[in-house]
Amino acid sequence: MVAMERRYDLSKLDVSKMQVILATDVGSTTTKARFFKKINGHWRFICAGEAPTTVEKPFEDVTMGLRNAIREVEELTGHKILRDDGQGIIIPYQGENVGVDLYVSTSSAGGGLQMMVAGVVKTMTAESAERAALGAGAIVMDVMAIDDGRPPHKKIERMRFLRPDMILLAGGTDGGTIKHVVEMAELIRAAEPKPRFGLGYKLPIVYAGNKDAREHIKKVLGDKFELTIVDNIRPVLEVEVVEPARDAIHRLFMEHVMAHAPGYHKLTEWVMAPVMPTPAGEGMMFRTIARMWRINVLGVGLGGATTNVYSVYEGKFVRTVSANLGMSYSICNVLKEAGTKNIMRWLPFRVDEKELRNRLANKMIRPTTLPQTLDDLMIEHAVAREAIRLGFEHHKQLARGLRGVQRRRTIADIFEQSLEEETYIDMMNIQLVGGTGGLLSHTPRRVQAALILIDAFQVKGVTRLMCDSIFMMPHLGVLSTVYPEAAMEIFERDCIVKLGTCIALDGHAKKPGPAVKVTAYLPDGKVVEKVVNYGEIANIPLGDEETAKVIIEPSSDFDVGMGKGKKREAKVWGGAGGIIIDARGRPLKLPEDFETRRKMLISWFKALNAYPESILEVEEI
Amino acid sequence: MSGKESQSAHAYTPGLRVTPLFRVRKTRRLPIPGEVLVKEGDKVNYDTIVARTNLPGDIRIISAAAILGVEPDELMHYMLKKPGDPVKKGEVIAKYRAFFGLIKSEVKSPVDGYIEHVSEVTGQVILREPPIPIEIDAYVPGIVTKVLPREGVIIECAATFIEGIFGIGGERHGEIYIAVKSPEEELTPDKITPECEGKIVVGGSYASVEVLKKAMEYGAKGVVVGGVDFKDISDFLGYEIGVAITGHEDIPMTVIITEGFGKIRMAKKTFNLLKENEGELAAINGATQIRAGVIRPEIIIPKLEVNPLELPIEEEVYVGGMQPGTKIRVIRAPYFGALAKVVKLPIPLQKVETESPVRVVEIELEDGRRVIVPRANVELFEW
Repeated sequence: MVAMERRYDLSKLDVSKMQVILATDVGSTTTKARFFKKINGHWRFICAGEAPTTVEKPFEDVTMGLRNAIREVEELTGHKILRDDGQGIIIPYQGENVGVDLYVSTSSAGGGLQMMVAGVVKTMTAESAERAALGAGAIVMDVMAIDDGRPPHKKIERMRFLRPDMILLAGGTDGGTIKHVVEMAELIRAAEPKPRFGLGYKLPIVYAGNKDAREHIKKVLGDKFELTIVDNIRPVLEVEVVEPARDAIHRLFMEHVMAHAPGYHKLTEWVMAPVMPTPAGEGMMFRTIARMWRINVLGVGLGGATTNVYSVYEGKFVRTVSANLGMSYSICNVLKEAGTKNIMRWLPFRVDEKELRNRLANKMIRPTTLPQTLDDLMIEHAVAREAIRLGFEHHKQLARGLRGVQRRRTIADIFEQSLEEETYIDMMNIQLVGGTGGLLSHTPRRVQAALILIDAFQVKGVTRLMCDSIFMMPHLGVLSTVYPEAAMEIFERDCIVKLGTCIALDGHAKKPGPAVKVTAYLPDGKVVEKVVNYGEIANIPLGDEETAKVIIEPSSDFDVGMGKGKKREAKVWGGAGGIIIDARGRPLKLPEDFETRRKMLISWFKALNAYPESILEVEEI
Repeated sequence: MSGKESQSAHAYTPGLRVTPLFRVRKTRRLPIPGEVLVKEGDKVNYDTIVARTNLPGDIRIISAAAILGVEPDELMHYMLKKPGDPVKKGEVIAKYRAFFGLIKSEVKSPVDGYIEHVSEVTGQVILREPPIPIEIDAYVPGIVTKVLPREGVIIECAATFIEGIFGIGGERHGEIYIAVKSPEEELTPDKITPECEGKIVVGGSYASVEVLKKAMEYGAKGVVVGGVDFKDISDFLGYEIGVAITGHEDIPMTVIITEGFGKIRMAKKTFNLLKENEGELAAINGATQIRAGVIRPEIIIPKLEVNPLELPIEEEVYVGGMQPGTKIRVIRAPYFGALAKVVKLPIPLQKVETESPVRVVEIELEDGRRVIVPRANVELFEW
């Protein structure tokens, strides 16, 4: 293993004395620097600097792009950060606007961390291994299992084709049979997959399977691979322990993958804490929010190439990445997976299917372009809803109870057998939904982002909504590993954009008419009462610094968390959308007939003033 | 709007290269280390083999212990061959006898190869077939300017070089054949004739899936056209493309679009360059990768009479340098495909129809209209 020079002992850092912090994210196209300072005892975001990433030829040195991004911060603030000899950052803060106390970074350049995972049973150890790799911020290229339906030679063929950065191998419970996990190891040995970077180094493998098989695994894999052995991910069927595997992946990412990726070695020397994969940073921040506010959180990072979905539900953290669902590079994959019909159902105008496909394909080949016209904007928003919906579907498949666990069944359970397969995420019990990524952070009207999140996740009950002001969640996530209080303070003051609170009714009524009455006790002492009919959306304005008490009284067909027809009292926060009362029912049904659907969409958009009137008058583009 | 203007600004999207004479550098690399067959300074033709290697052979897995009816940890005792030993197809590699030969079973090798591994845990024998040789050719005629030991070579040649925006299909060679009279003209099925065989067929603004299929049936090596419908690409391939990473499609003909999806006139400069080279041999590749490490499809028409080493090396695609008068192309609705000249580069952000405040550029379209578009929606383009 490559020994990395660690110049900073984090345990000796006195965070309470810090004044200035720099965090960067080396993205696949842009390197983003964020500069933070303590002002009057509070941590604040000061400014951002951005520059193209320089991971590829002809530069092959990420620190070039990094220096450019940081130089922008220097120019904007007059604060000197870069060393004159070009060898990194001035640490610590020297006073007089020179130096920083802490420098941390995330990275996803060059495709991020790409992993293959393998286990014995597809729905058990392989699924646990997949959760661990995803939680560590990896893109999972393939999940291999003895019972995945592919004959051994097909598995080998596939492994050879993939060039992962790392493999996670799990399988078997401690004390159980070792045969199958060794068989999987033998397949890996036979395939001898090559690492993505560099021809001359050994591919790292993390073994997190049956501890009794360790000696055999060493014998099979030890000489050809860089083998790390950690605690079993499923020591017994009823328990999943992903942390040791996740930590090993993070360590190997820093020490091995980053050290071999072209252009990265300098960055690993500059930072004071290990470089994290960007999605791991983002996930870390969602976990911090859930922990600090003691709530269940759903988050989405909707990017150009990928859609990351995060859930922190009753303490359980799950991240999934849909590597090919995105708003630019992968926009045609959303089209492929969702189909034109599902995209068009969100549009209040007719569009020729061929034209829609061409527009999206043109975005794919020229990914940095922006919508100029309202119809183009609405098409992108329609695709965003579908990308998040599909990403969330995918997420729910992994956010579910451990399978293979014997449960004592009652007669009732037998009738509800399929429940075992379902996610444990109950939308009624999600208190916050957050979004990040270019499209969600840059909607011309913030309420558009709120509506996209509501429609895509189909929130239920009382759900607060937020988005990232400027892409800062990964930075704060990696910062939170060293200094969580500062990360949270910056998050609350400068990162979070409150979009309002959605009150959504679960269920459907048989006929039109009043579905809910909401009484809001506003901060200025006013009391607003609103009755909303089934199928409609309405809102009560409430500023983003404001909170209000609401009393929600659904009709007997609907549930807002207390049971059908039961009253609920809640505290809500405001934002661009204010208090959004969504009486469209769940699951959300959009009429098949275009004219009926068009009327409905227009009424929803008008109710929230989501788009300019001009586009709502257009029937066809 | 404030009167402030920039004197110059960078375009956000790099323009595509369309140049009559260019020093093309091609790295030809083996997937795994092997042997380089040429040396620095060697002149190579497009079909010269420049490097070769052996990929490890395929794997065969035999459940030997189960076949013999023995426990996995006993398997070693019954093996006639040990790891590393070569074996022939049909050769017995393990044998079990009991009760004076009354019970016997044996394991035969299903292929030629050698024993890679015998497992005492799973009872499996892993056989590896002989290595698979692979070779790479030069792709373009030129001079070997660098040998990458055990990995490959860099070949340089002087050529007319045209980048497309999207393509499918891999490396092909053929003569340039101009099938239309002007860059506006559509490539229609009647223009595809037996003459297209072995050629790279250049159309104008558009080709339908019928045209692509007909060209393929007639044995064309490639089709180069301004635009196609995205749906037609799926119909042509038989499956839908989700992510723009192409070049490995299993098709006998490469397709390159130069402008974008839909019906779009091929840029005059591109069309004229191709026309000037009618009948010349070209190397084309449809491989496209939009994300990380951009790869654009290419048309290379070698100019053997020019010494590439006398041409300047251009490492990067020219980005930036937008100023009043600069020629550009609009790459997004509502002026998608329009050619224009920069009029002004206002500094303050301006709201466009979507209500988003963005960096904009004022441009003059070919018909004289002056319009505002986001700077992100133009690319530098000589027309």
